[in-house]
Amino acid sequence: MAYLIQGETGGWEVVVGLEVHAQIVSQAKLFSGASTAFGAAPNNQVSLVDAAMPGMLPVINEYCVEQAVKTGLGLKAKINLHSVFERKNYFYADLPQGYQISQYLLPLVGEGTVTLGMPDGSQREIGIERLHMEQDAGKSMHDQDPNRSFIDLNRSGVALMEIVTKPDIRSAEEAGLFLRKLRSILRYLGTCDGNMEEGSMRADVNVSVRKVGEENYRTRAEVKNVNSVRFIQQAIEIEAERQVEAHESGAGVVQETRLMDSARGETRPMREKEFAYDYRYFPDPDLLPLDLTPDYVDAIAADLTELPDDKQQRFVTDYGLSAYDAGVLVADRETADYFERVTHATSEGGKTGSRDAKMAANWVTGNLFGALNAAGLSIAESPVSADALGKLLDLIADGTISGRIAKDVFEVMFETSRAAGDIVEEKGLKQIIDTAEIGTVVDRVITDNPDQAEDVRAGNDKTIGWFVGQVMKATSGKANPQAVNELLAKKLKG
Amino acid sequence: MTALLTVLTIAKARDGLVAGDFSAEELTTAHLEAMGSKRDLNAFVTETPELALERARASDARRAGGDVRGAMDGIPVAVKDLFCTEGVLTTAGSHILDGFRPSYESTVTANLIEAGAVMLGKTNMDEFAMGSSNMTSYYGSVKSPWRGSEGQDLVPGGSSGGSAAAVAARVSMGATGTDTGGSIRQPASFCGIVGLKPTYGRCSRWGIVAFASSLDQAGPLTRSVRDAAIMLGAMAGHDAKDSTSAPFALPDFEAALTGDIRGLKVGIPKEYTLDGMSNDIQALWDDGVKWLEEQGAECQELSLPHTKYALPTYYIVAPAEASSNLARYDGVRYGLRVNGASIDEMYENTRGEGFGEEVRRRILIGTYVLSAGYYDAYYLKAQKVRTLIARDFRQAFEVVDVLLTPTAPTAAFAIGEKTDDPVAMYLNDVFTVPASMAGLPAISVPAGLDADGLPLGLHLIGRPFDEETVLRTAEALETAAGFTARPDGVGA
Repeated sequence: MAYLIQGETGGWEVVVGLEVHAQIVSQAKLFSGASTAFGAAPNNQVSLVDAAMPGMLPVINEYCVEQAVKTGLGLKAKINLHSVFERKNYFYADLPQGYQISQYLLPLVGEGTVTLGMPDGSQREIGIERLHMEQDAGKSMHDQDPNRSFIDLNRSGVALMEIVTKPDIRSAEEAGLFLRKLRSILRYLGTCDGNMEEGSMRADVNVSVRKVGEENYRTRAEVKNVNSVRFIQQAIEIEAERQVEAHESGAGVVQETRLMDSARGETRPMREKEFAYDYRYFPDPDLLPLDLTPDYVDAIAADLTELPDDKQQRFVTDYGLSAYDAGVLVADRETADYFERVTHATSEGGKTGSRDAKMAANWVTGNLFGALNAAGLSIAESPVSADALGKLLDLIADGTISGRIAKDVFEVMFETSRAAGDIVEEKGLKQIIDTAEIGTVVDRVITDNPDQAEDVRAGNDKTIGWFVGQVMKATSGKANPQAVNELLAKKLKG
Repeated sequence: MTALLTVLTIAKARDGLVAGDFSAEELTTAHLEAMGSKRDLNAFVTETPELALERARASDARRAGGDVRGAMDGIPVAVKDLFCTEGVLTTAGSHILDGFRPSYESTVTANLIEAGAVMLGKTNMDEFAMGSSNMTSYYGSVKSPWRGSEGQDLVPGGSSGGSAAAVAARVSMGATGTDTGGSIRQPASFCGIVGLKPTYGRCSRWGIVAFASSLDQAGPLTRSVRDAAIMLGAMAGHDAKDSTSAPFALPDFEAALTGDIRGLKVGIPKEYTLDGMSNDIQALWDDGVKWLEEQGAECQELSLPHTKYALPTYYIVAPAEASSNLARYDGVRYGLRVNGASIDEMYENTRGEGFGEEVRRRILIGTYVLSAGYYDAYYLKAQKVRTLIARDFRQAFEVVDVLLTPTAPTAAFAIGEKTDDPVAMYLNDVFTVPASMAGLPAISVPAGLDADGLPLGLHLIGRPFDEETVLRTAEALETAAGFTARPDGVGA
């Protein structure tokens, strides 16, 4: 069911396009050798080029080009073998050159696609319009001194990719799914760390609304520089509601740039001066056009890592997982890798070969995720390694412990990082599978509870469950549940 | 002795240094004395005598130890104040770079230092290299060492006017210049010396204050063609820090001076004949044809049909790039800052006071031609015309090896002339701009005097990266012309 806003005049559809600015993972900046590491003291990562000293010239960082090409391929997009860097001219104190080197008419990457897995199991394709490379500006700090502003040029010249979608997004929810998927793809590729808190990913959000059934787009407004998935979704909802009201009241929507005020829950127009630039783009005469060979692109394509969609498909085909479980596992590359390490027992001391993949998936998405969430840890910080979890699964598979005991063992493993086998050994948690030993306990429980035994014999099967519980309690949970069930049925019902 | 040292060519000085006739320190001292006696020319913004003597002594010490770095080792040269020089004030002739002492050395001057050359000082120039007269410098006009027939002060040409005046006045044996539309060749012509603009990409632009990035090119101003070959060899070379620097090995330019131009095909482009051009210039041009033919070259008239569009096109492309290149002079990080109540006011105050009239004019022109609604009609069309100009040359060079034209439509004019008519001033570059637009190597060779006794240059344009043919042909002209005139009171 499509997301609609019910106005006074009927249903309105929301139309959203995103411009995502993603910082390229690289050691050095786009056109200089200065470091890009986050968190350095102000103005400690600034080359002569970044500070726009007289006579300084940009030289393209080829690794950044490779990263952008890789990203284009990951977005299933056309790589333009000929692209051109242009200058976007405007004055600001944190823009030392007085222009930003960007790509305009001829971007590096053309049209592509990102596929979203919707909660109902369907798929949605979001078109990519283009991807281009550009340099970041520095940072102005207006809150350090009552009379002066300070400039930090550490970010000046850092390589960004601007990824522009087609107006294919139809709800805040889809925008969120798109951003998470994009982030996942970028992180798989290692081309952007997707860290929104550190500003590695930011977005401008273009929003318009139209009546259900309308073919043409109405006037859009752009909400600038929103830096979290939640705020982006909030911005879409707030802006769409505002536009529906504006259309219905007859006030209309003007094409403009707006700022998100998340504290007030509103968007407001930027002052005209803040955006009314004529950027006077023209090709940067300090740089040659970027001309790539098909061989160069093919070599990057051949080396491209498996992307989330392909991995998900493989998990379904090879491991028999549901599309949903596979989707959860592949969302994050480290989770997917962890899962596959759990599934493939190759470790010393464990058995080799494949483990039960469904069971592995359940343990990763269930117990492990639960424990990590509760502890506030990422999967990379997990106290239980994939090998250790695999060995725990081996103990279940060979009947050494039951699934229920395994949960207790896992808790100890998570707290202590100790091996499952050691914990089972030390605490004597090995499952009792000796039917004679279990029979003795069963006999005693039946003898001790004649009324309940009579109840079962009278045909109340539910009471068998009560007996199972008593036997498990008497064996501290170690009795093999299947053996307990069989013995109880035999002894109580003949 | 010292007077004799200042009239030597670089090639002769090299021989003298090799023979031990004099030391680099003596050579430098002689030139520093000449510098002191010619201060009225206002050729230098900054004199660096201590640095010069230090480098000269270092050269002598190297030579004594058997380590000679080549023809430029120990040779005193002047450096246009557009080249960033480490620790030495670099102004670009502008108020806006007040107090700017770079922490880095431009690639070209670093190459010269590496070759052992001795910097005497930084030469005056039109502000940001924008001008053809040296009258736009914040540091005042440069006077040519030549005088008008009635003794009036003349411009040395521009924008490398300080460099040209210093070399012509025998204050310096050679000087670096930069040429965007004629800024080496036109002052060379006005001052009666040799000025070579190499192929775009031959010399690194790294560390040269940018005027128009797609046109700017460094080159030497010297008193002989051989000296130009020697000095270019020490300035040029591929530089990974400049993306537009050509990744080619350097030829031995001096070795190209074989004196043999037999069979050389020379094109005479008919579009370079201007209405109202003086008879002196036309006569000199005819002489040039004759001189080359006498030495075995074959001259033929040909057509470069888009020549007439070169100057207007240049005055779109160069200001467009300049308007963007000069945006960095904003008072935030270095140079002049004139405070204001807001950042915008600070920009306006700083740039309003810091830039002179001609620079402001070109920033306005450049901003205009890049503006929304005008870009296609001006900048984009200019780029298309530029392609056609380059094609004209490419087709011409399928037929001939080199082109011969006058360097400038007039000899030097008096200081103060043409200042109220920018278009008349821009016409100075009419013969030099086409080669700049096509990125081609070109040279001005002093070839004669006009009726007032002022020097006139002939201009040769060659194929991309074929400075060797240009230099060889230039030497043939130089030999035939036998230009020996000197400004009054120079080299006596």
